[in-house]
Amino acid sequence: MERREFLKKCVMVIAGASVPLSALTLIDPKKVLAANPDIQWAFLVDTNKCVGCGFCVKACKTENDIPLEANVTRTWVERYVYTKDDRRYVDSPKGALNGYTEARIDLGKGEFKEIDKENVGKAFFVPKLCNHCSSPACTQVCPVGATYKTDDGVVLVDRKWCIGCGYCIMACPYAARFFHPVLKVADKCTFCYHRLSKGLDSACVNACPFGARKMGNIHDKNDPITQIIMNERVGVLKDEFGTKPQAFYIGLAQEVR
Amino acid sequence: MVGQLAQHAMEVHGEAWTIKELFTLPNEEIYWSIQIVMYPFMTGLVAGAFVLSSLYHVFGIEKLKEIARFSLVFSFALLPVAMMPLLLHLQQPFRGINVMMTPHFTSAIAAFGFVFSTYGCIVATELWLVYRKYFVQTALALKAQKNRSSIDGMRLLLFTALTLGAWDISDEAVEKDHKACKIMAGIGIPVACFLHGYAGFIFGSVKANALWMTPLMPVIFICSAVVSGVALCILSYVVVQEIRKFMASRKISRWANDPNAPTVEQLEGAKHVEVMIASNYLMYFMIAALTLEILDLIFRGYTQVKSWDILREVIMERDFFKIFIMQYAIGNVLPFLIMVLPGRTVRRTTIATVLVLFGVFMMRYNVVIGGQAFSLSFSGFMDYSLPIIPHNIETFKEGLFGALTVAATPFVLFYFINKVMPAFLKEEESTH
Amino acid sequence: MVIAFVVALLVFRFFYVPNDFGSGKRGFMYSFHRKSNEMEWKNQPAKYGTSGRERMHEYCSACHGAIVKLRSEKLHGVIPCEDCHGPAMNHPENPEKLNIDRRRELCLRCHTDLPYTTSERKRIPGINPKTHNTGIECVKCHNPHNPSLEGMK
Repeated sequence: MERREFLKKCVMVIAGASVPLSALTLIDPKKVLAANPDIQWAFLVDTNKCVGCGFCVKACKTENDIPLEANVTRTWVERYVYTKDDRRYVDSPKGALNGYTEARIDLGKGEFKEIDKENVGKAFFVPKLCNHCSSPACTQVCPVGATYKTDDGVVLVDRKWCIGCGYCIMACPYAARFFHPVLKVADKCTFCYHRLSKGLDSACVNACPFGARKMGNIHDKNDPITQIIMNERVGVLKDEFGTKPQAFYIGLAQEVR
Repeated sequence: MVGQLAQHAMEVHGEAWTIKELFTLPNEEIYWSIQIVMYPFMTGLVAGAFVLSSLYHVFGIEKLKEIARFSLVFSFALLPVAMMPLLLHLQQPFRGINVMMTPHFTSAIAAFGFVFSTYGCIVATELWLVYRKYFVQTALALKAQKNRSSIDGMRLLLFTALTLGAWDISDEAVEKDHKACKIMAGIGIPVACFLHGYAGFIFGSVKANALWMTPLMPVIFICSAVVSGVALCILSYVVVQEIRKFMASRKISRWANDPNAPTVEQLEGAKHVEVMIASNYLMYFMIAALTLEILDLIFRGYTQVKSWDILREVIMERDFFKIFIMQYAIGNVLPFLIMVLPGRTVRRTTIATVLVLFGVFMMRYNVVIGGQAFSLSFSGFMDYSLPIIPHNIETFKEGLFGALTVAATPFVLFYFINKVMPAFLKEEESTH
Repeated sequence: MVIAFVVALLVFRFFYVPNDFGSGKRGFMYSFHRKSNEMEWKNQPAKYGTSGRERMHEYCSACHGAIVKLRSEKLHGVIPCEDCHGPAMNHPENPEKLNIDRRRELCLRCHTDLPYTTSERKRIPGINPKTHNTGIECVKCHNPHNPSLEGMK
């Protein structure tokens, strides 16, 4: 009796294990490398140039079918205002979809903070988006393999496979991800992958009138943004998490998180 | 009205129950709400009930025999319920099977499918071994009946199937069952720990969340899981025994009218001994769980890393009542005092277990919701308001009624399972 | 009985899971996915047609030459036409007419006076929207394609 039970259990375990092991089919990396030229997309944000017009946010939402009324966005602009009496205010009304048309700071819950013009010290805008990290925490925690980093460096979500658990959204340190309100799967900035493959700029890069957003191939030494990254002082957001973000920023202040 | 509908249609998942304050990043909402609180709570009960039953089956603490069997059956009733909160939470519940089809093993959630099914097999096997003798005896008795009703006919089929062809109930066969059961229970303890440890790992490994990220999280979860499971089993056991005493004194139901049925005094006596010993173990694990949680808090307050300012405001000010009064004082210290003071009675212990269950629930709540109470910007907050009256499917699934459905289901399941595998058996009916 | 169940599960899995599931260059941890999804993303149609300053001027001036020429390079010439007029990939087939947004809010995106001396915003002339000709559309007086103050109506 006991032996039969044991044998039965063994067979069960082995058979059960064959289900997950069959998941580990690997695509030959050599074949992949031979097929694609060596591109690694990277992004460059120049916060000195950003004026907070929000055209990038509007263009992104329009290009990528994110409903304008929904309070989620693939990219957004934050406003930092420091006052001379040592206070710091940050806001991002609707992610700057409509730009910044008021000087008062949006504090949420319908409250606003009026700031005296004379009291304003330094103030600037920081556009943010998915950083398409090299070691993305989000792809690590997806339970079903619905989100991944492509060989050319873009992190995407498989809309047909995502189960909507939200683990990737919790794992992203940059709050770049959200649930698509209509499709009910995880969504985020894709570097406009559908435009890149057609030789077009991403919607936000195209829309910015002031050149605050740029994209390029960081593996190409002659690419303009690679030149900037190699020769000028650039920073990244939250590098303490080891995610190795591929969106670089010029002009970040230490309080930008 | 149409405007309201349109607004609700464009509502992002989480917006209905999140109130954002000061600067929060645009995409931040409380995405993991009450169902994600219920999930570790239910799996914790499963793991804890199993550990309690293993105290008898593996460690041979004879006095816990009755409650051990009860816990095993209850653990099996809790098992399918552990899946419910996840299915209710998923934005694409019909794709839930993807976790078993293409599991991404670097994700803690992918472990869910396999740990869960393995654990289910172990509990089912152990239950079978414990109840085989009962199945055989019932099937034989039904076979012997001359005029079977149609229900009895179905019962005969069911019990015959459940014997799985192993009809031998001689003493040697039963002894082998006993040994196999011990092995199963022995394997089951680490699997039960894994079942809940990985749930703690789900939170503890999220480096982006300043409150969740700690290596202590899996251990805290395991200890509080055992606490909750033992407490629930004690509570249910006492309640069921009270129901049985009521039935015995009024001679209601089939078993009470049997001439060999236990008397009210016998029922009372059995209950007292088992509850006293089980509650001792409850207290040991409560000490462990509380120590680890306080340790985590002390470390955070001492090292004061970047996230400390916002965490301090969440823990010490905004959530002070929920953490220190509801979870620690009412949910941990008070029941501990109730039980540790001399002259412990069954009634006092039962009150204590209710408080303990409340405390463990609050712990899950404070971890899951508390971790989302502050923004990643460290400059803003998010308040959670549990949806009570649902206005759409989402606020039903992730609201009060969704949570109550999950909480009530194990009791419903237990009622039905009890008819096939009765939690209370006479001595000669059970394998051991 | 159990074996039959597992076999059934494996067979189901064979049909259910697309067979191009695997890991890419980044390994199992970071790139475990369904390979055909990459093409699905690439094949999505683009909405904004122009890309880059030169292409914008080429593309729109083919039909709207006069207006495009009117725009001064230093002022509103830096703004892509599609920012204000919406996506124009298949224009004029679809949509036949692009949006002409005359609301104040569109102009106020850049021209609300914000006293930020440490940002490029300081270089943009601005007004206080609450006091400057409230209720009137900006374009009643200012030509959005040639916004120099001399050319005001």
